[in-house]
Amino acid sequence: MKPPPFSYHDPRTVDDAVGLLNRLENAKLLAGGQSLMPMLNMRYVLPDHVIDLNKVEALSFLRETDGVLEVGAMTRQRDIEFSDAVKARFPLIHEAILNVGHRQTRNRGTVGGSLCHLDPSAELVTMAAAHDATVTVVGPNGKRDIPFAEFPVAFMTTALELNELLTAVRFPRWPTGHGYGFVEFARRHGDFAIASAAALLEEDANGKIKRASLTLGGVGVLPVRMREVEKALVGQTASEDLFRQLCEECRKVDAIEDVHAPASYRQHLAAVLSRRALVSAHGRVGRA
Amino acid sequence: MSEKRTIAVTINGKRYQEEVEVRFTLADFMRQQLGLTGTHLGCEHGVCGACTILLDGRSARSCLMLAVQADGHEILTVEGIAPSAEKMHPLQEAFRDNHGLQCGFCTPGMLTTLIEFLRDNPDPTEQEVRIAISGNLCRCTGYQGIVAAALDAAQRLKAAKEAP
Repeated sequence: MKPPPFSYHDPRTVDDAVGLLNRLENAKLLAGGQSLMPMLNMRYVLPDHVIDLNKVEALSFLRETDGVLEVGAMTRQRDIEFSDAVKARFPLIHEAILNVGHRQTRNRGTVGGSLCHLDPSAELVTMAAAHDATVTVVGPNGKRDIPFAEFPVAFMTTALELNELLTAVRFPRWPTGHGYGFVEFARRHGDFAIASAAALLEEDANGKIKRASLTLGGVGVLPVRMREVEKALVGQTASEDLFRQLCEECRKVDAIEDVHAPASYRQHLAAVLSRRALVSAHGRVGRA
Repeated sequence: MSEKRTIAVTINGKRYQEEVEVRFTLADFMRQQLGLTGTHLGCEHGVCGACTILLDGRSARSCLMLAVQADGHEILTVEGIAPSAEKMHPLQEAFRDNHGLQCGFCTPGMLTTLIEFLRDNPDPTEQEVRIAISGNLCRCTGYQGIVAAALDAAQRLKAAKEAP
């Protein structure tokens, strides 16, 4: 349970970090360390070089411009938790972040680290999928934007090239008065989610759904947007019966089977949690 | 030979300048190199919370940080909680009086976690205390006493603050 030997680098700028990443063989980026450090301690990873991003100050920021929340990769999860802007205008993210590990891990854990680690049960991954976020990545040839829908490519594998670094993520804001709901099933508070569901709803004055977002976390190997359900919701009058009926579709999702739960149980949870997330979102419409 | 670096770190108000292997976790550095064995190592992968310390006033797992990352920072461990060798911290007194520790292995992490929690949330509910210590495992399962101690400590800290 001790990290293997490696060379340690602590660049101060994004350019220096990318330069090291491009030049060094078998290098790992160290962000908040709440996933990489256990993997090092257990020697699941054996990097020759560790590039620590904690001194790259330019990667730590949280700002809201023109209805878009932009969060730097090295922003701590704790800073999301205590952000008034997030709480007021991105309430789904505030609700979800309270389920990310514990205070001790949120104090260190970062937004970029979680997105790049891409654990399917990670709440921030689910948030990025739910909000149609965009990530900015920087490599030796410059910057590019990747829509989050195209960012996960396989189990815990992102669209990042080996010499690229995620620098920020942008969450577009939902209109004032939208409904939101995040529900998670885990054995203990702060554990990895066995399954989670995140819902965003926009309704007109008569309770007719104008726009919907429904995302499952921890169920599939990647975050799952239930696009068919979203489409079916639009134009309907919101009710628990409607949600119950449409969420049956979530039982068909290709689900993970592991020591924590069989696939059929995750599929069952997917339907139940989706309904609860939508009920919660509908109940909050107009109060966001 | 493993790569080494010299770091300067302040732990419990005392400044240390030490050469450390870059692969050493902060927990191993403090325990093995500095002899500060109050911080306990249970799981060494961030689950049990026994190694919790305060880094610049914020709780963190010292098994999930490299010692080199503490360079230039201030750390508080369980050894630094009491105001003096003769006097315990109100939280420690509350743990003693409420049977908040049995074998004592999880206690350093419980205390450091609760120091931060009660500082940020001086008047917590029982449910808030339970969530606050959800990242600290007590394998004696002595949670009732720990929760009672935390709630009692909140009252003691409040009384101490209000006293003239």
